[in-house]
Amino acid sequence: MKNGGKRFTAVHQSMTFSRRMLLAGGAQVAIGSLLIGRLGWLAVAENERYQLMSESNRVQLIIVPPRRGWIIDRYGKPIAINRSDFRIDLIPDQLEDVEQTLTTLARLLELTVDDVDRILKELKAARGYQPVQVAENVPYEKYAAVTVRLPELPGVQPMRGFSRFYPDGAAVGHLVGYVGAASAEEYEKEQNPLLITPGFKIGKEGLEETLEQSLRGTPGGQRVELTARGKLVRELTPKPDRSGATVPLAIDSDLQEFAARRLGEESGSVVVLDCLTGDILALVSMPAYDPNSFSDGIGRSEWRMLSEDPRRPLLNKVLNSLYPPGSTIKPMGALALLEHGVEPEERIFCPGGYRLGNRFFRCLGRHGTVDMRRAIAKSCNTYFYAMGHRVGYDKIAPMAKRLGLGQKFDLPVVSQSYGTVPDSEWKERRYRTNRQLIERPDWTASDTLNASIGQGFLIINPLQLAVMGGRIASGRDIQPRLVGVGKKPAPLLDIPNEHLEIVRGGMWQVVNGDGTAGASRLPLPGIEMSGKTGTAQVRRITDGQRGQSGERRFRDHGLFVCYAPSVNPRYAASVVIEHGMGGSRAAAPVAKDVLTFLFDRAKAMESLAALEEQWGGTLAERTARQAAMIQAAAAARSAPA
Amino acid sequence: MISSAIIPQPLAKLPWRLIFLVAGIAAVGILTLYSAAGGSMRPWALRQGTTILFFLCVAVAMSWIRESTIKSLSFPVYALILVLLILVEMLGFVTKGAQRWLDIGFIRLQPSEFMKPAIVLVLARFFELLPAGDIRKWRAIWPAALLIGVPAGLILVQPDLGTCTMVVLGGLTVMFVAGVPMRLFVGGATALAIAGPIAFSMMHDYQRKRVFTFLDPESDPLGAGYHISQSKIAIGSGGIFGKGFLNGSQSHLDYLPEGHTDFAFAAMVEEWGLLGGLLVILAFGAVIRWGMMVSARSKSRFAQLAAAGLSATIFFYVSINLMMVMGLAPVVGIPLPLVSFGGSAVMTVMLCLGLLMALERQQRTTSKLA
Repeated sequence: MKNGGKRFTAVHQSMTFSRRMLLAGGAQVAIGSLLIGRLGWLAVAENERYQLMSESNRVQLIIVPPRRGWIIDRYGKPIAINRSDFRIDLIPDQLEDVEQTLTTLARLLELTVDDVDRILKELKAARGYQPVQVAENVPYEKYAAVTVRLPELPGVQPMRGFSRFYPDGAAVGHLVGYVGAASAEEYEKEQNPLLITPGFKIGKEGLEETLEQSLRGTPGGQRVELTARGKLVRELTPKPDRSGATVPLAIDSDLQEFAARRLGEESGSVVVLDCLTGDILALVSMPAYDPNSFSDGIGRSEWRMLSEDPRRPLLNKVLNSLYPPGSTIKPMGALALLEHGVEPEERIFCPGGYRLGNRFFRCLGRHGTVDMRRAIAKSCNTYFYAMGHRVGYDKIAPMAKRLGLGQKFDLPVVSQSYGTVPDSEWKERRYRTNRQLIERPDWTASDTLNASIGQGFLIINPLQLAVMGGRIASGRDIQPRLVGVGKKPAPLLDIPNEHLEIVRGGMWQVVNGDGTAGASRLPLPGIEMSGKTGTAQVRRITDGQRGQSGERRFRDHGLFVCYAPSVNPRYAASVVIEHGMGGSRAAAPVAKDVLTFLFDRAKAMESLAALEEQWGGTLAERTARQAAMIQAAAAARSAPA
Repeated sequence: MISSAIIPQPLAKLPWRLIFLVAGIAAVGILTLYSAAGGSMRPWALRQGTTILFFLCVAVAMSWIRESTIKSLSFPVYALILVLLILVEMLGFVTKGAQRWLDIGFIRLQPSEFMKPAIVLVLARFFELLPAGDIRKWRAIWPAALLIGVPAGLILVQPDLGTCTMVVLGGLTVMFVAGVPMRLFVGGATALAIAGPIAFSMMHDYQRKRVFTFLDPESDPLGAGYHISQSKIAIGSGGIFGKGFLNGSQSHLDYLPEGHTDFAFAAMVEEWGLLGGLLVILAFGAVIRWGMMVSARSKSRFAQLAAAGLSATIFFYVSINLMMVMGLAPVVGIPLPLVSFGGSAVMTVMLCLGLLMALERQQRTTSKLA
């Protein structure tokens, strides 16, 4: 502006004022426009976002856990269902006197100090309207005691909940697993608020774990309008929950239960397949834990008893135990021999063993002259030593794989160990990775001899054994199925029917001729069973002691693979009895009863009843007795403390 | 102005357009308070209505005060309020607590409120007395700075940052229109722009956090940013037409804090939408424009400066509150006059309007005489 010489006059002053007023007015209009623009931006452009935020302020969703889907068997019989129970929760915002309320609840519900500590900790972490669990599975009398005192217990919420129930108990333990509250890691992984909702359980093992997403369902919500301080204004229309889907299994739960009971006090497994479709009708591993007690939360002492048991009740032996198949793979070996040109009528003389260089490989007996069928029926090692040596194991191994040995099946299971079908390429590879186990990289003739009778490097699981039996029985490439019921028979395997008939003939003789399992014929007119026994060595045979006596843990395992009826087979099964000392002695009788059950339940139950009388009660009775024993032991342990 | 034979002259000569605008804004405010109380005249709406009515009457009565009276009272009143401010400060010192008011029996007198119009009047008077040639001289600036600085300092230590800001801005506006050299304002603004970052770099962590919270309230939605976040949610969720009268969930469920006082605008927009907000802003704009026109039409320098300053005071009231509510300014605790519950803002604005009406009446009468 002008300065210095010129005087600042009233005229200048008035001009300046007008100019400045214009500037001030302009600034005011500018700020006004800015405010209107901002208002428009918030209310129009950002409207959707803020509306959402306002709604999430206003409405809170109290998660209502969905009911878990049922697991049923192939005929619709329930395997895992929900039973309603009573539970008590706390609503943190409605609590008035935390200490007073907890003292009353502790007295009414007989809560332990640990319980109260946990509740206090969870209350401190809880925000708003999310409930905190006080107790679940509350007996009706205690539930009623809390309910009548509700007026003096603001914030206490008695609820009806659901707990998982497995009618067959231990018989389905390994198959379905159990449920439990989600762990911190599981919540961390999924970040789903449903997981920390009181009373919500997720699958922890077995099918409950692998079918979790189908069984879970979608949570509903009780929608409530809350003030900023968490006060309930009103309840809005609830969002209904959707129960989890019912999952039908291929399992026949009656058969499953029978097989579990039939195993009795033994440690072992039974697998029954539909040998046309591959449906798994029974998948039993015993001894087993009772999933009902696991789902309520298991005590520490009970857990220790189970984990220290030498019969390993926590291990699913069908999928996670590997055994040398022993002689049960001889039918498979025979098929491989036929494929590579061995004439079934060719005879081999068995003098009680086979000499390879300066080593003598023993047979179980002196079988004289045997052809292929007879070698299967009598389980003659010499024949398979000689023929295996002639053909070479690299030509037998592909057949083993085609029949399911060493195969990992596409099943909804938590884990499966699939064992080894060895050949020269495998041995060389393993030699490079594990020199302690494998002494030399090249496949030797004695490796062939051992593998030919199902010993040595060859190890399989009981499910593979059953699949092998089923594939031989039907000649079809069955794949075991656990969920749903198979409708169509599996496609045929590329194995000539004449070959299969020869092997089936041998397996018929095992049971119905003068074979190794002659004592286990089906007690049914017109229905015959074919099979093959096997004995798996637990340790290397030393000085003639053949694992038939001595300490239990060194005794041989008994295996049996079978199918029935012998003509037009329908069912295939494998039975493994750990330390049962022999297939014909321990495993075949179990298989006989299990297959009998499929054709004549009454007769099977009759023989089971006789056995259970010897063992001291049914499986359920024995499980209950054992649970009582464990509790008594736990009580005795904690009493002095 | 309504000119009709039936209506008596004194009534017809009142600035009715202004009174209707004020009444309209007040009506919106009272309805908002009625809704904020959950659909009840108590505890806020009725009291607010009475207060507004009373002070509107005071304002209308003030319109008969002559400009010369206002002029001659400017310095004494300013001095009196300054004394009261010091008294409040001493009282606070004695009772060992922050104190902003003097309790004189029937009313709690908050001297800093009166300072808002008083600073405008005293500066207008000062610049009127200043010879025209001196406006660019140092002697034009230091007394004005002192007149603003002393009360501003006293209010700041109360502490009341909001009122202090208003007093300073009101005073600066008078200086600006009076013609104090532009370079002072430009320089001052530049200095502030430079000092800001430097001050920020010297701040403590907790102070910086406050700045960040203002810049991005969502970063701390449950802490210091809660007010701004919830206010923006209330305004944004209203949309164009609002959620409807008595249906604002943010204010009714207490998510919006201070929904009846500082954040009344947010509560109103939530229910009335963009349209309601626009209407209120435009109504205030019309009131301020009326005041600016009074200033522009004034013949005397005092009336020019005083009218501009008083309009600016109302403008700062409204704009600072709206900026704060919409997340454009930090939360400083300035209510929206006539809408927010509280008597002091109503009183101040009505005092300003009363003085403006007096100046306007003077224009008309002088122009008639001339």
